[in-house]
Amino acid sequence: MKEKLVVALAGNPNSGKTTIFNNLTGARQHVGNYPGVTVERKEGSLKYMGVEMQVVDLPGTYSLTAYSAEEVVARNFIIDDKPDVVVDIIDASNLERNLYLAVQLMELNVPLVFVFNMSDMAKARGLEFDLKKLRQFFGVPIVTAVGSKNQGMNEILDKVIDVAMESSPQKHGQVDYGKEVSGELDIIAGMIEKSGETRYDPRWAALKLLEDDKDIKSQFLSPELDAQLKKSSDRIESLTGEIPETAIAGARYGFISGACQEAVRSTIEVRHTLSDSIDTVVANRVLGIPIFLGLMYLVFQLTFTIGDPFMGWIEEFFGWLGGVVDGFWPEGSESLLRSLLVDGIIGGVGGVIVFLPNILLLFLAIAVLEDSGYMARVAFIMDKLMHKIGLHGKSFIPLLIGFGCSVPAIMATRTLENRRDRLITMLVAPMMSCGARLPIYALIIPAFFPQSLNAPMLWIIYVIGIVVAIISAKALGATILKGESVPFVMELPPYRMPTVKGVLTHMWERGWLYLKKAGTIILGISIVLWAMTTFPRPSEEVKAGFESQRQAVEASNMPAEEKDDFIIDIDNAESEQALQNSIAGRVGMFIEPALKPLGFDWKIGTALIGAFAAKEVFVAQMGIVYSVGEADEESDTLRAKLEENYSPLIGFCIMLFCLLSAPCMATFAITRRESGSIKWAFFQLIGMTVIAYILTFIVFQAGTLLQIGVKL
Amino acid sequence: MSITLRDINPGESCRVIRANFKGELHKRIMEMGITPGSVIEVERFAPLGDPMELKIKGYHLSLRKSEAACIEVERV
Repeated sequence: MKEKLVVALAGNPNSGKTTIFNNLTGARQHVGNYPGVTVERKEGSLKYMGVEMQVVDLPGTYSLTAYSAEEVVARNFIIDDKPDVVVDIIDASNLERNLYLAVQLMELNVPLVFVFNMSDMAKARGLEFDLKKLRQFFGVPIVTAVGSKNQGMNEILDKVIDVAMESSPQKHGQVDYGKEVSGELDIIAGMIEKSGETRYDPRWAALKLLEDDKDIKSQFLSPELDAQLKKSSDRIESLTGEIPETAIAGARYGFISGACQEAVRSTIEVRHTLSDSIDTVVANRVLGIPIFLGLMYLVFQLTFTIGDPFMGWIEEFFGWLGGVVDGFWPEGSESLLRSLLVDGIIGGVGGVIVFLPNILLLFLAIAVLEDSGYMARVAFIMDKLMHKIGLHGKSFIPLLIGFGCSVPAIMATRTLENRRDRLITMLVAPMMSCGARLPIYALIIPAFFPQSLNAPMLWIIYVIGIVVAIISAKALGATILKGESVPFVMELPPYRMPTVKGVLTHMWERGWLYLKKAGTIILGISIVLWAMTTFPRPSEEVKAGFESQRQAVEASNMPAEEKDDFIIDIDNAESEQALQNSIAGRVGMFIEPALKPLGFDWKIGTALIGAFAAKEVFVAQMGIVYSVGEADEESDTLRAKLEENYSPLIGFCIMLFCLLSAPCMATFAITRRESGSIKWAFFQLIGMTVIAYILTFIVFQAGTLLQIGVKL
Repeated sequence: MSITLRDINPGESCRVIRANFKGELHKRIMEMGITPGSVIEVERFAPLGDPMELKIKGYHLSLRKSEAACIEVERV
C-alpha cells in the first residue's frame, strides 16, 4: 500500500457530502480553486489506524457528463489523478436518483466505496435495505452512516483501507444497455482502441461519445469517428425509437430500479413527510411571498444591526493602530514612511476589513438558509420575476445582498451553476446601492434638499440603481452574453436542520477567501491611491509659506482660541493645496473638461478618484478639497460649502454618478477573482462608468435646459 | 393530440412518454430521472404561477412550465 492514500469524495448536491468531509478531516482543510475554473477545490488530511490519507472533496454533481464545470472537474480528477479510492456519498432517503451518479462511477472502473448517508432519515421513511444483495448487485462495498450525527465515519475509513489493500480490481455490476446500444458501443470502442487512446477506457469514452458529451467529443476529432457516431446514433434511434442519450439514461435507471426492486423494501407508506408539510406553508401560493419577504427583511436587519458594534470596534482598532504607528514619529513629522503606513496601508486596508463583520454575518445567514434547504425555495419563488429579466431564480439572493455590500454579493453568485447567469448577475450586482454609498447620500441630500424631500430622494436613487441593473441584465443577456435560455431544472431538497459546525465552516471559508484574496489586491491599490494623493509633494517654498503664516499667527496677540481656529484654517488650506498639487488633484483637473458636461469641477473629480478606494472615501476627500479638515457625512460645514458652490441639480448628479460609476476596488478585485478573468473586472468598471457618465450627462443637461434645480 | 406535463394539475400524477429537448438540457432532464416510463406527481405551482414543483423517484424537482410543455405524458 502507498504511504499516503488519496481518497476522493463524490456525491450529489444535498447528499451530505460536505458534512462527512468535515467530520473526516476536521480543521485540517485547504480550500483553493481548480486551475482555470472557479470551482472550489477542498482537500483535507487525516491519519487513521496509522494510514495517512489525503481526502479531496469533489464538487457535488448529479452526473458525470460535461453539463457543468463542476462535473468536468470531478470527472477529470478521477480519470487523471487516479485516486486510490473513490467514496460515493449517497442520500439513502433519495436512493434512485443518487445511484445514477454511482452507476457512472462504476462505469469509470475505479475502486469504490458507497456510503448510504442519512440512513436514519431513510429508516424514518420506512425504507429497509438488503445491503448484502445490493453489494452483490453493484460489486461495491456499502457502508451506512449518519453524517449529521457523526456516525459511521470509522466504518467508512475501515472500508477505504480494505479497498485500497485489495490486490484484484473490483468487479462492478454492468448496466445492460440492450443489444442495439451495446453493439454500437463495441464498434466505437474498437475504433478508439485502434487510435492508441491511453487516457480513457475505450468503452467508457465510446459511451460518452454516444451520449454526445462535448468535452470528450472535442478530444476525439476524426472524420471517421464522427461518421460512425452519426451512423450509430441513427441506428439506435431507428431501432429503439429513442435518441442515444435517452436510451442510455433509461438503461441506467432501469438497472437502478432493478436493484431497488430486489433489495429495497418500503415498510410503511409515508405519503407526507415533515418537509412536505413545511412546503405547503412556505411555498404556498398566498403565504409564500410574504414569508419570503419577511425572512429577507429579518436577515438584513440582523446582519446590519448585529454587525454595527463590531464595525465600530474594528474602526476603533484601526484608529488606535494608526495612532500607535503614528507615535513612532515625532509630532508633525513629514516622514513619507509614516504617511504610507498610517494613511495608505492602515487606512486603506482598515477601510475594507471594517466590512468583515457584516460579510461574516451575511454569510452566516446565507449558510443557514442554504443548509436548511430554504435557498432552493427562494429560487423557486422568485424564478418567474428573475426569468423576466433573463436571469435565474437563484440570481435573486446575490442581487439582494448587493444592497449590503457588492463583495459578498458577487461571492454569493457561486450558487449559480450556469456561467452566463453567473456573469450577468456578477456584473450588475454593484448597481444595487451598497451600504458604503449611503454616507455620500447622507451628506448630499440634506445639503440640497428640504427635509420633506429627503426620503423620496434616497428612494429614487435606490430605484434608479435597480432599474439600471434590470436594463443592463437584459441588455447583457441579449448581446455579449447571449446564451441558450437557461433551464430551471432544480432539485428542491428536503428541509434539514443545519448543523452549527457546518454553518460556521461555510461562513468561515467564504469570509477567509474575502480577507485573503481581496486583501492582497486591496493592499496594492491602497498604496497606489495613497501615492496618487501624496505625490508630488508640495515644494519647500509652499511649505515654508504656510509655516510662516502659522508662525505669524502664533506670534500675534490674538486670544488663544482664535489662534487655534486660524491655525486649523491654515492647516486645511495646506492640505487642500497639497491635494490639488498631487497626481490625483492633477488628474482631477485634467479630467475637468470631461466632467464639465456633468456639472462637476476638478474638486469633485479628485474626490471621485478617491471613491475608487471605497465609495465612502468620497466624503472625506470632499472634506479635504474644501479645506474643512476631517469630514464625515454629518459635517454641516462641508454641507454649507457644497450648498455655496453647487446647485441641487449637481448634488443629485453627484449621487447618480457615485451610484452607477466604477465600483470600489474591493468589488473590482472580487469580480476579477470570481469571474476568473481581469477582462470582466475591467468590463464592469468601464461599462458602469460609461453608463454613469451618459445618464448623469442626460440628467444634468436636461435639468439645466429645463431649469430644474439650478438655483444657486 | 397528446398531453404534456404542463397540462397536469397539482395533485395529479402522470407517466412520461417522451421528452423532446435539445442537447444538454435533454441529457440533464434524463439524468434527473424524467426517463420514459417514470411516474411524475405534480405537487404545486410557485406563488407567481411558474415554475412548478414535481415529485419523481421520491424526490422533489422544479421545472418551468415552458420546459414541462416539452414532456409528453399520459395521465395515470
